[in-house]
Amino acid sequence: MRFMVIVKATTESEKEGALPDPQLLLEMGKYNEELIKAGIVLAMDGLHPSSKGARVKFSGKSRTVVDGPFTEAKELIAGFWLWQVKSLEEAIEWVKRCPNPHAADSEIEIRQVFEMEDFAPILSEEEIQYKIAKRAELPNQTANK
Amino acid sequence: MSATDHHRIIEAVWRIESARVIAGLTRLTRDVGLAEDFAQEALVAALEQWPQSGVPENPGAWLTATAKRRAIDLFRRNAVAERKHEDLARDLATLEQTVPDLNSNLDDPIGDDLLRLVFISCHPILPAESRAALTLRLLGGLTTPEIARAFLTPEPTIAQRIVRAKRTLAEKHIPFEVPRGLELAARLSSVLEVIYLIFNEGYFATAGDDLMRPTLCEDALRLGRILAELTPDEPEVHGLVALMEIQASRTRARIGLTGEPILLLEQNRAHWDHLLIRRGLTAIDRAHKIGKPRGPYLLQAEIAACHARARTPEETDWPRIVFLYTELAHLTPSPVIELNRAVAVSMVHGPQAALDLVEALATDPSLDRYHLLPSVRADLLLKLNRPTEARTQFELAAALTQNTRERALLLSRGAACQTK
Repeated sequence: MRFMVIVKATTESEKEGALPDPQLLLEMGKYNEELIKAGIVLAMDGLHPSSKGARVKFSGKSRTVVDGPFTEAKELIAGFWLWQVKSLEEAIEWVKRCPNPHAADSEIEIRQVFEMEDFAPILSEEEIQYKIAKRAELPNQTANK
Repeated sequence: MSATDHHRIIEAVWRIESARVIAGLTRLTRDVGLAEDFAQEALVAALEQWPQSGVPENPGAWLTATAKRRAIDLFRRNAVAERKHEDLARDLATLEQTVPDLNSNLDDPIGDDLLRLVFISCHPILPAESRAALTLRLLGGLTTPEIARAFLTPEPTIAQRIVRAKRTLAEKHIPFEVPRGLELAARLSSVLEVIYLIFNEGYFATAGDDLMRPTLCEDALRLGRILAELTPDEPEVHGLVALMEIQASRTRARIGLTGEPILLLEQNRAHWDHLLIRRGLTAIDRAHKIGKPRGPYLLQAEIAACHARARTPEETDWPRIVFLYTELAHLTPSPVIELNRAVAVSMVHGPQAALDLVEALATDPSLDRYHLLPSVRADLLLKLNRPTEARTQFELAAALTQNTRERALLLSRGAACQTK
């Protein structure tokens, strides 16, 4: 299973030109090394403050671009990992071993990544038709098992 | 929190910590079987105590300390009965008094212990399937039922394999060490073989109704990535990791909606996992930077990379693939590699040139039961517009495969020949 592990931003990390504290960077470096040695990290990166980003708002056919920074720091993202582990519990156990990613109180969110089979209920029309057609052949298949 | 919640948390902690706990204990007891027994006892203690006391601040250290106490108790009891254990018990007791701070000490000694554990559980003295089971158990933190499920083998069989493997290692006094020099190369290839065997069992399920058992692939990849960090200067380790990453990148594309296999050249490349491809290419770069001659895993990874880099099947660098297969066949001569080379040759020099190579292989008795030989032959015959012969070959291939999904595909391709 894959999980995206999201480090939420803080008011501090959202400040223009914000860079993490060197001591913290060192601790995070050690932690990342542990994760890599455990073979669970697929990808990871830190993000610039939202002042360097943008949002595109959708309404029907129209698209409006809104430049950063955005308010509500705790709703924003400061960095992420992509992990491959056996369970949500395992991801939680790893996150608990993480040093606090900010000087202030902070939060890390864990979200499961969709796998192909999760899309089974919303396949394209063509694929569903194909599946139905194939399903009609199922009795034969089960008889073979 | 319910009992099952606790159970799941402890399972997760075990997955993270077990290899280190077992590795550390093996260093103390010099017996991987005993070490695992004590680690298991610590796990049982955790299952009993944590639901009441809560998960300790440092669960890994807790498990290690508990397991060590069990070890010391046993050796003390034995020491009373058997004088010869006295020294060992004294050593252990001294060690107990100077238990290192496990948390701040996770780096080098543990890394070495883990590597020793890899080498002992993949020791060539054990049969291949026992090595795989033991490695998944000791390093992957998998339970016996999980391993049994993964290999579609009855649980008692797996349990027996593990018990026997541990006994063999103890009886033959296999040392808990990282081999050096020439011995290292030989032993490392056994380690790589085990990891790739686990991967392949997941990727090309050799039996059963599913074409893949993806969790087994994930376990193998994880073991490979761990090994790459433990032995960063071995190009073949990176080669194997690269090979597995690139093969795993095709997972979503190689099985159709009804579970039928989709051949490499017919896969929808948009469904390939480009993150894994990139990881594979990076691993190949790491291997090249070491500057040692490339071995068979790196060569295979580079072949896989040729496919991964091509946006369409037509863009595939077939001449390079033929070149890489030739180098591979030179390094590790095998009729299976020759067969693969023939497929690449057909893309460069046409089906007749390839068929000549395949016909020559058909006399090799080691390929007698290998379903891909008639399957490749059938493909080439079909391209040469010889459908009747192609059909016979497809049917022969279908009769030889153990995988039901693959058999169905081969039979339908055989049937399709008739209408041409």
